[in-house]
Amino acid sequence: MAILLRPPSDATSAGAQRQPVSASLPAVTETPRWAATTPIAPAEAKLGLDDVTISYGPKVAVRSISLAIPANAVTALIGPSGCGKSTVLRCFNRMNDLIPGARAAGRVLFNGEDVGARDVQPVDVRRRIGMVFQKPNPFPMSIYENVAYGPRRHGAKDKRQLDEIVEGSLRRAAIWDEVKDDLRKKSGLALSGGQQQRLCIARTLATSPEVILMDEPCSALDPIATLKIEGLISELRETVTIVIVTHNMQQASRVSDRTAFFTLGEDRAGRLVEMGDTLQIFTNPRQQLTEDYVSGRFG
Amino acid sequence: MAELLVTRTSLPLQRSLTRRERLDLPRRITMLSAGLVVFIVGMLLVFIGVRGLTLFVASGVPITDILSATWAPNPDNPPNTFGLLPFILGTVGITVLAALIAAPLSIGLAVFMSEVAPAWARNIIRPAMEVFVGIPSVVYGFLGASVLVPFLQHDLRGLGFTFGKSWFAGSLVLSLMILPTITSIAYDALITVPGDLRMGSLALGTTRWQTIRHILLPAARAGILTAIILGMMRAAGEALAVQMVIGNRVGIPFDPTKPIAAMTAQITIDMGNTTFNQPWNQALWTMGLILLLMSFGFVTIARRIGRRATRS
Amino acid sequence: MTARLRADRLATATLWAIAIAVVGLLLTIILNFVIKSIGVVSPSFLTSAPSGTELGGIGPLFFNSMYLLALTLLINVPLGTLGGIYMAEYAADNRLTNTIRFCQELISSVPSIVVGLFGLAVFVTTFGWGYSALAGALALTVFNLPLMTRLTEGAIRAVPADERAASLALGATKWQTITRVVLPIAIPGVVTGIILTAGRIFGEAAALIFTSGSSTPSAFDYGYISLTDPRSPWSPFHTATTMSVYIWHVNSEGLGNFVAQIANGTSAVLILTVLLFNLGARGLGRVLQRRVSGA
Repeated sequence: MAILLRPPSDATSAGAQRQPVSASLPAVTETPRWAATTPIAPAEAKLGLDDVTISYGPKVAVRSISLAIPANAVTALIGPSGCGKSTVLRCFNRMNDLIPGARAAGRVLFNGEDVGARDVQPVDVRRRIGMVFQKPNPFPMSIYENVAYGPRRHGAKDKRQLDEIVEGSLRRAAIWDEVKDDLRKKSGLALSGGQQQRLCIARTLATSPEVILMDEPCSALDPIATLKIEGLISELRETVTIVIVTHNMQQASRVSDRTAFFTLGEDRAGRLVEMGDTLQIFTNPRQQLTEDYVSGRFG
Repeated sequence: MAELLVTRTSLPLQRSLTRRERLDLPRRITMLSAGLVVFIVGMLLVFIGVRGLTLFVASGVPITDILSATWAPNPDNPPNTFGLLPFILGTVGITVLAALIAAPLSIGLAVFMSEVAPAWARNIIRPAMEVFVGIPSVVYGFLGASVLVPFLQHDLRGLGFTFGKSWFAGSLVLSLMILPTITSIAYDALITVPGDLRMGSLALGTTRWQTIRHILLPAARAGILTAIILGMMRAAGEALAVQMVIGNRVGIPFDPTKPIAAMTAQITIDMGNTTFNQPWNQALWTMGLILLLMSFGFVTIARRIGRRATRS
Repeated sequence: MTARLRADRLATATLWAIAIAVVGLLLTIILNFVIKSIGVVSPSFLTSAPSGTELGGIGPLFFNSMYLLALTLLINVPLGTLGGIYMAEYAADNRLTNTIRFCQELISSVPSIVVGLFGLAVFVTTFGWGYSALAGALALTVFNLPLMTRLTEGAIRAVPADERAASLALGATKWQTITRVVLPIAIPGVVTGIILTAGRIFGEAAALIFTSGSSTPSAFDYGYISLTDPRSPWSPFHTATTMSVYIWHVNSEGLGNFVAQIANGTSAVLILTVLLFNLGARGLGRVLQRRVSGA
């Protein structure tokens, strides 16, 4: 029986029904530890990119990206604006599909499987890989309805089950105490910016994702709200894999375990310069370009 | 440094689609609803086309006959001719005159709203336009019949001529109806002219009116023309308001003070007096077909002009 | 120099004059009907049936106008909404889509009398329904459908992309996103549009003369409920002369001593109703908008 990296409050039995459980799934797997300098193959990591090039119509956004994102850790994608970090982020949960003319070459891997394969259902991918956007975007519904939205769409109907999911998610997002009295009356839009973003995180957590992608989640927020969310990210990493795009280098160094540095190549397409342990990237980077960026010489 | 674990113990991705999902009902049903209009256009052409052509096909009236000026369809008064020229000219006549009356006023109003009017005035005029549009055309027609026509008949006697139900009355009523249409489209055209053009002109020391006349109106010319054409289309298609005030006397129109006949109005009058398989009735359907083809033609030409404009 | 300034002042004065004249004209028109309908319009005028000998009323006609409006909206709103959803969410930039838009424009331009003829040919004659509310409603659907579709399409397109993105990122399907997130946000715009369309439908006459009928009705037996018997006012097959058509009919026939009063009174009622629709649209739209955008 496979061990699922989900918190105990997940009771989406409806979801389990949708998955054919393969008999050839390995049992509790060996969990190889690896040292900072040993690279993981993209196919063995939680998320991986294998020579991925993404273009919007004729313009190439990112070229030949290969990287591996480890599980239960925070990986930061940093680099100057326009170098394709958000594009890379979006390809993991197939959100690039929504942009007309977007095309991806290479393999985008989730648990070793190519999410871009023809027969993969994006709906399923997005249930398991969640996303938090730069500008908080709660639905114009009550707080409860916002959080319950994901589970409901995936078939959860039992009221008690939903109540548990909602409370659990709001707690994990560190916003339960602030909203517990107004769950059904207050609209998601009536919260402050920072609260809205935590609501969006709670909403994403409600589907028990294995991965959460965050696209500059704090850039629209004030410093106090930012700190709260960074604290949240640190707590969440124990059960969820997090990939965060950020402009803020200090944030990247505070919050992440691994860091990938992107930049614009000569062909105006983004490319990966270097990836490694956060500490190493910031104190002893291997590439000169990386050193220049993290010491503020450009970007 | 955190310990980094890699596991492969998650469930595989879902790959199959249920049959229901493959069907994609939402897409098909909404597509059918959207595509209904195509079906309707086809049906319009078929039903009106068939009936419009029976005059020629079934009753053997040669097509060129309808271009004659003699309209004598009543089977009680043979010989019967089905010249539609009076009606075609009549429609054109009332439409053009209505446009001549309405266009200056509408454009003036649009210019007023976009250039001169203070905010409070705009906030009165815009709802006023909405009300104008909202008044049903029969009410305009009745207004014409109950107020305008008597006025024209009696109160102008001092001036030496009187007229009542006439070409002019019809155009006047129509101009009232198309005024809000032309105004709102012209207004939209005027406000999209970039402010820089205005500033550039004023900075050269011109007056506001000079700016309007030499810069603004030419810049918005395409939109204003579209507004007038759309107004004319609406006027040409109007039936009841027109029928109530034009007098419906069949003849080649010369004199705006005299009664006139138009296609739309004639259909409303005569339809009740005819029976189904009479050539008289068929001629009315032919008029309907002409109106249908006219409106389709207008749209097609307008589209082509619009497309060429955007391409250049 | 002064010649230019004088021209400018003259132009400004002329423009003001035009604006005042037009607004004044509108007020005069409305006043005309209001004044002429004093003494005519009363609760009994609105409820009693037309009479050959006395002033009578427009009860059945008012009923018919409302009935026809309801029936037309019943058909139009679902069809238009579904069509609008397709055009806003599913339609690609291909030949089918361009054809649909072209046909929408074509139909919008057809004169209403021609639509009436179409209704006559198809519903009254070929289907054999005779002059009936259903024939009228379907004729009205013909030229209201493009409008309704474009309205919903516009309202749906106006829904911000990040609401959609949030829903899809949570693993909802496209249809779930449309029904649970996009449509609820688009509703204020759609409702406003529907009410404005209702005003136009209410005033329509040319398309109805040969479809829902123009004869003067006698008193309705509202108690007799049947969906198939044309004698029941509740049946879609009953001849449904509307108020607008009645004005024309009364004026054309010219019989009776009360033609002017009836026509004036009915006109006043029509104008008032349309005004109420317009005000209602703005008010309701604002209320719904507030509910959707938070708090």
